[in-house]
Amino acid sequence: MAEPQPVLEMTGIVKEFPGVRALSGVDFRLFPGEIHALMGENGAGKSTLIKVLTGVYTLDGGTITLDGRDVRIGSPLQAQHAGISTVYQEVNLCPNLSVAENIFIGREPTRAGRIQWKRMRKEAAEMVDRLGLDIDVTAPLSSYPLAVQQLVAIVRSVGHGDSDGSGSGTKVLVLDEPTSSLDRDEVLELFRLMRRLRDEGVAILFVSHFLDQIYEICDRMTVLRNGTLVGEHLVRDLDQVQLIELMIGKALDQLEELHDHQLHADVGESLLTAEGLGRTGGIEPFDLDIKKGEVVGLAGLLGSGRTELARLLFGADQPDAGKVTIGGKQVSMSAPNDAIGAGVAFCSENRKTEGLVPDLTVRENIILALQAARGWTRPIPTAQRDELVAKYIKALDIRPANPEARVGQLSGGNQQKVLLARWLITQPKLLILDEPTRGIDIGAKTEIQKLVVSLSEDGMSVLYIAAELEEVLRLSHTIGVLRDRKLVARLTNGPEITPSKILETIASGEQSGEQQ
Amino acid sequence: MTTTTRWRALTRHNLFWPVAVLVALLLVNIPFTPDFFAIHMTDGHLYGSLVSIVLFGSPLILVAVGMTLVIATGGIDLSVGAVVAITGALTCSYISDQKDQDALAGVLLAMGLGLLAAVVCGLWNGFLVARMGIQPIIATLIIMVAGRGVAQLITDGQIITINSEPYKLIGGGYWLTLPFSIFVVAAVVAVTVALTRRTALGLLVESVGGNAEASRLVGIRSMRIKIMVYVFCALCAGIAGLMISSNTSAADGNNAGLWIELDAILAVVIGGTSLLGGRFSIGGTVVGALVIQTLTTTIYTIGVPTQTNLVFKAAVVIVVCLLQSPKFRAKVFGARAKTTAPATPAAAPAEPAPKMEVS
Repeated sequence: MAEPQPVLEMTGIVKEFPGVRALSGVDFRLFPGEIHALMGENGAGKSTLIKVLTGVYTLDGGTITLDGRDVRIGSPLQAQHAGISTVYQEVNLCPNLSVAENIFIGREPTRAGRIQWKRMRKEAAEMVDRLGLDIDVTAPLSSYPLAVQQLVAIVRSVGHGDSDGSGSGTKVLVLDEPTSSLDRDEVLELFRLMRRLRDEGVAILFVSHFLDQIYEICDRMTVLRNGTLVGEHLVRDLDQVQLIELMIGKALDQLEELHDHQLHADVGESLLTAEGLGRTGGIEPFDLDIKKGEVVGLAGLLGSGRTELARLLFGADQPDAGKVTIGGKQVSMSAPNDAIGAGVAFCSENRKTEGLVPDLTVRENIILALQAARGWTRPIPTAQRDELVAKYIKALDIRPANPEARVGQLSGGNQQKVLLARWLITQPKLLILDEPTRGIDIGAKTEIQKLVVSLSEDGMSVLYIAAELEEVLRLSHTIGVLRDRKLVARLTNGPEITPSKILETIASGEQSGEQQ
Repeated sequence: MTTTTRWRALTRHNLFWPVAVLVALLLVNIPFTPDFFAIHMTDGHLYGSLVSIVLFGSPLILVAVGMTLVIATGGIDLSVGAVVAITGALTCSYISDQKDQDALAGVLLAMGLGLLAAVVCGLWNGFLVARMGIQPIIATLIIMVAGRGVAQLITDGQIITINSEPYKLIGGGYWLTLPFSIFVVAAVVAVTVALTRRTALGLLVESVGGNAEASRLVGIRSMRIKIMVYVFCALCAGIAGLMISSNTSAADGNNAGLWIELDAILAVVIGGTSLLGGRFSIGGTVVGALVIQTLTTTIYTIGVPTQTNLVFKAAVVIVVCLLQSPKFRAKVFGARAKTTAPATPAAAPAEPAPKMEVS
């Protein structure tokens, strides 16, 4: 491919947040008429890079060149004027307005202060038509499915340059996880539109967690890891296993030695059995069996359905198929209460929004689950409460060791420990940990993993979800592998199970070797 | 150094600003009414401005205390004024139908009926909010509007006057030298504090208001909690309705408790409970209600012309709200602190508002 001048060139991009260097000297370039994937694990710096590009964040170092000219992008509006348009995962449009109104909102064609409705509808229809879409622009946006709304969002963002008189048009289109809530046909429709825009010379930056989609639509990819550039590759030069290795950043043989931590504890009888459990749009029906004292790890890329699976086992989302049996009794799983009553505990990956009550103190947050189970009329006696709280603050080494501290003021690791304490206090039979080590320091990470091992030895079952394969391998007796919202394989941990085998399973989406 | 830290700890206390405003408002009265704080005994009853403020403020305190719990769950109850009217109307019309209006049993039964009506209103609100998922402001708007109509239906559009000695006690009588209302309020506040802080109800309410999704995932039955607080709020409003109708010995479906919901919401906010839900303070609400009543009294004693009453009230409310805003205080007082203490480096233009998140 003869490489012309890149339309966008970002050089040595640095972005720092208090205590974190989110991007350190990242280079990134984008050519006209290509679809370029930005790859990396969660926290690798993808969204930070996009936000720097689209003016949401101001950069702390480095330069951005657009069409050969240095630009400073101070705000999303400036980015738009420079020809960089963005469509986010959630559609940021007004569902109650018509398609045409949504396309033109904020820049309606006016004459003497009056909106020219007719002209607006006509131009909107032309824009939709030009991109080969069949949409009635006068219908309210909400009358269309999410996928079409997404397409409208794209029409709106690429149409912008044409209609604001600058004549520049959209040069760069950023699509941040546009496919995460679309089904297969809708994705194809989106891809059709993307190809069309590409052929018109627009440079498209595409972020998706679905590897298949990357390989289907993208020409080139840039891989980030821990805020640094790993490399830029043509998609056809790199297969999926190589890509995952780059994203995770460990040569596979290096991982092997971690294997001696592997557990071979005797696990008891079955505790929880899920049969055909599934939820449309969440995860395809799966069977899962968790034994007493067993640690079941879930491996898979982000968005592969790990969290969705866990939420079904807790009743956080209601399954629309299948049944769950815990301790020999079928549990309805219509609400978290059902699961909690059966001895299931769930630490969400979203500590802030789904875990903590930030205004309340450490003590109040710790006793919340136990108190909820007892009901409001039976408060935990003060002495017993203080003793329990003090015990868990000490056991988990929560700092500051002050039960009166507001939990919102604690660091991420300590907040995670507060959540663990909240559930351990209820003495659950099955503890579901969704990304318990995300965003916390290495010391707390180790402590939490040790805790999981000792809980398992004491007979508690644990469902462990982590993005880091080493963690899953180190702790789990059994590993469930997910891909594209489907539980594709179940591997019994043993010497023959290596990270490369898990990666292979993720990449191929098939159970290989020994079945179980 | 220690005095400044102690001062800082004091100003950080959640009741500091409401109490400061209350004291300031009370002091304003002294130049106009030198014997403002005097309390004297006549016929075995205590009289004085302070006693009057608590007496006249009693219904508001009751309504505001109930409102506090609703607001703590992240909701709001606009129907309390209408519930005041319904309770008063039902109770008075029942008493007025009695042959002997002084019969204690009849009066008690009438009050029971009135409060039962209040509870039904609360159940309805709670049902709409918790069960049907209707936004609280809309759900409670229904009784706010329709309730006044119901009250007028009960009274046939008339003002029912009664002449019942036992009923007079609750809103206009005296006991142990003090207005009986004060004891009622004290009892309701004590019960509320016990109910929320001696049981786990307060914690669960704050949890539901502080993070609804986390509360669901921790297994709190928030539906029950919400219904309970709406019922409790309506019950408080019902007691206030008894008090108001007893004080005037009349039920006025049109005007009893008119706009009291707005004063109550204001009292809750002045008391330091966030309209977003979460942490609540019953003590703060009581102080907040007293601030509003003191303001009303002050307007009369300093002789603000009647036509500018509301404007004056609004102005004071704006000042109170600004004083409570940490952002405003940091801007105004922080800047002044800098000029009086030049030793601090100029790097910090104003004392930053306390950072809550260190993640």
